[in-house]
Amino acid sequence: MTRQIGEAILDLKNVSLSFGGVKALTDISFDIREHEIRAIIGPNGAGKSSMLNVINGVYRPQQGEIVLRGERFSRMNPYKAAKAGISRTFQNIALFKGMSVLDNIMTGRSLKIGSNLLQQAFWWGPARREELAHRAKVEEVIDFLEIQHIRKTPVGRLPYGLQKRVDLGRALAMEPSILLLDEPMAGMNVEEKQDMCRFILDVNDQFGTTIVLIEHDMAVVMDISDRVVVLDYGKKIGDGAPEEVRANPDVISAYLGAGH
Amino acid sequence: MLYRENGQFKTSYADDQQLFPIAQDRWSILALTVFAFIGIPLLVDEYLLRAILIPFLILSLAALGVNILVGYCGQITLGAGAFMAVGAYAAYNFHSRLPGMPLVLSMLLGGVTAALVGIFFGIPSLRVRGLYLAVATLAAQFFTDWVFLRVPWFTDHAASGSVSVSNLQILGWQIAEPVDKYLFCLFWLTVFALLAKNMTRSAIGRQWMAIRDMDVAAEVIGIRPLFAKLSAFAVSSFYVGTAGALWGFIHLSSWEPAAFSVDRSFQLLFMVIIGGLGSIMGSFFGAAFIVILPIVLNQFLPALGRLVGLNISTAGVSHAELIIFGSLIIFFLIKEPHGIARLWSTGKEKLRLWPFPH
Amino acid sequence: MGFFLETLIGGLMAGMLYSLVALGFVLIFKASGVFNFAQGAMVLFAALAMARFSTWIPQWLGLESAALANVLAFLAAGAVMFLVAWLVERLVLRHLVNQEGATLLMATLGIAYILEGIGGTLFGSDIYKIDVGMPKEPVMILEHVFDGGLLINKEDFVAASIAALLVALLALFFQKTTTGRALRAVADDHQAAQSIGIPLHRIWFIVWCVAGVVALVAGVIWGSKLGVQFSLSTVALRGLPVVILGGLTSIPGAIIGGLIIGVGEKLSEVYLGPLIGGGIEIWFAYQLALVFLLLRPQGLFGEKIIDRV
Repeated sequence: MTRQIGEAILDLKNVSLSFGGVKALTDISFDIREHEIRAIIGPNGAGKSSMLNVINGVYRPQQGEIVLRGERFSRMNPYKAAKAGISRTFQNIALFKGMSVLDNIMTGRSLKIGSNLLQQAFWWGPARREELAHRAKVEEVIDFLEIQHIRKTPVGRLPYGLQKRVDLGRALAMEPSILLLDEPMAGMNVEEKQDMCRFILDVNDQFGTTIVLIEHDMAVVMDISDRVVVLDYGKKIGDGAPEEVRANPDVISAYLGAGH
Repeated sequence: MLYRENGQFKTSYADDQQLFPIAQDRWSILALTVFAFIGIPLLVDEYLLRAILIPFLILSLAALGVNILVGYCGQITLGAGAFMAVGAYAAYNFHSRLPGMPLVLSMLLGGVTAALVGIFFGIPSLRVRGLYLAVATLAAQFFTDWVFLRVPWFTDHAASGSVSVSNLQILGWQIAEPVDKYLFCLFWLTVFALLAKNMTRSAIGRQWMAIRDMDVAAEVIGIRPLFAKLSAFAVSSFYVGTAGALWGFIHLSSWEPAAFSVDRSFQLLFMVIIGGLGSIMGSFFGAAFIVILPIVLNQFLPALGRLVGLNISTAGVSHAELIIFGSLIIFFLIKEPHGIARLWSTGKEKLRLWPFPH
Repeated sequence: MGFFLETLIGGLMAGMLYSLVALGFVLIFKASGVFNFAQGAMVLFAALAMARFSTWIPQWLGLESAALANVLAFLAAGAVMFLVAWLVERLVLRHLVNQEGATLLMATLGIAYILEGIGGTLFGSDIYKIDVGMPKEPVMILEHVFDGGLLINKEDFVAASIAALLVALLALFFQKTTTGRALRAVADDHQAAQSIGIPLHRIWFIVWCVAGVVALVAGVIWGSKLGVQFSLSTVALRGLPVVILGGLTSIPGAIIGGLIIGVGEKLSEVYLGPLIGGGIEIWFAYQLALVFLLLRPQGLFGEKIIDRV
């Protein structure tokens, strides 16, 4: 392993989020260190996806703040988060259904587009050069994920497992420093899971990308993550290395139900 | 067997990202364009030019604009007629108030004005979606209807907003005969269709489509909804606005606000839905369908009536037209909700595999 | 002060009719997700049927009594609207399940064209009168409270009362009856409603029937006031800002939205009109709705949308 886990890059402080009267997250704090794989686990409805949505600004927490590389954000928004190098995949695949695999992944390059609308309209100089350069970059992602054969296929026609892969590809095309993965292996068969694990580890290893991962498959979580946060009913009940978390009595009772 | 891409190997990404990656497409589009510029003016009579071809070209341009907004960016509009009106009246003002203003420039400025108005009326799209937005765009329609009817400044104090232009020329080329008008519109449409194709295949087009398909995800990967939506409104309104200017200046040469009523807006939306949302080709198909259908019905129905011994009155014909038109729309929506363009591409796909479909 | 109140009351009474038309929209939208642009054409069609039947029926049956003729004509027109509802469900909606909003909207425009065409073919396209004995003369009320009293248009008052009654009935129907509950279940979730055995097609037929009756009543009221003519079909466009204002899915929203738009239109026409030129009421209603929309995107009473990803 060449990667070196560094200092905290993202720090969440006392985050609380509610919808109307429903409390989704209550006073949650934890940090994410550079280059690590950080898992968030918990039973259904524990607030895991809400947590990711807070990190990249889709939801605005009522309280708390996010410190990203020393900079405080009390109000994050998705665009700011993207600019700061955070990208993500979605639990219920949120690909652009009407577009091809190639175009979907190309949208991941949006922030790096420098040419303006007129140049693009005339397919002129910078616009053309840029388009080809980004295409080359995107082809690297396509090679990495081994989806060359479907690059021109509309994503709506692809099977579930491949859609998940394209979703990851789109996020990777942003060349993120932090990658949020919302149940990347849900609904996959063993083989597809193995592939996905390999991609996640490769991304972490080769590009040094920090990864925040929500996953239900405990074997996978314990296997690939460096540290684990456990949520239950919107509260943090455990945090630490996989072995520690596994031994934590609160975590055990949350998973097995009270009364044990 | 003819339509086959075997043997056309792409050796660079530039090759793969051409306008028409398949050689047969490239050649047939080129041939069609050449025929439209040279063949049609030689072959076709004035009636056909005036009644069908010129309206078809102009409405194709407008449909293209509507398609950019509705088909590519997913923002439903029922106010396209308003932007045609803005384009036409703004161009009229530039043309008549500033002597010596070149024709093309006043039309482009008409388009720019429509784009600005379009951005303004596009602001609600940042807060509301879907049908709410559709109704919000009607606000633009009724507001412009009123402005050009009741505010005399915009129409140079003409009664009931009726204005006219004459003596149109570009560098000494008089645009008076139907053939000249046809060529002018054709040239305009060719240029702008090409630009639209370029936009939809580059970054801006992908941003529009991303917003259309899944706006939250689009924002998460760094697309600003504000920019994407308002730029779609601007570009779309520009297209629709210049189409309005062409409609007023070239096709009608004197017009009133009623030429751009809410019915026109509906008509344009029909074109893109029947033609195919999110398809440049589809805009042309839709415009052709909507322009030609009433004319065909108009010719065909009385003849059919006489055949069975009925004498259909003019009112009867117009009622029958409404019924048939409405039924066809519903038929299309049920049978092929993705429009004629989808039929076309399915056909092409079949042709590529023919005669071995498996 | 008296003049202001007169305008206000006039606005409220006009607004009640908007509420009625808006209710037609809301019912159909709630039950089937269809934004019914044909509502205006239905108003015209129903009014045409009513006007023609009220002259034809006495001829066919040799009736003397105008009141009886009107009742029969109303029933006949109602039956026609039910037939329209059945055909719409059978021939159009049934085949467009799960299509996008824009497609459905276009389909209703298609229905509108067909209705206009058939209406013209069957009933002719002249201007007809509907005479259901609406009182025409204005009355003065509250003469001892205000100097000169308030001048109220009796016809508007009767119309507003009928509309209010119908609105109340529909609201009750929707809240209290089994069918109403089924309707609301369908509105919440098509598939869930279907899975517990609510027949979707029948529900759609019912809401279109209700919308047909609403159109008929609105058509009779407007028709007796303005005459039955093509411009009746534009009243639907006047009803749209109401729906937007109130929220597409809210019945109280439709009612209050209608009143707000009615009052807003009249006040703007009277007080703003002279300053910037006449004829502003149509776009004014839309701008009013637009401003509301920017402040509350889901309308006054619509449900707030939370994006889930």
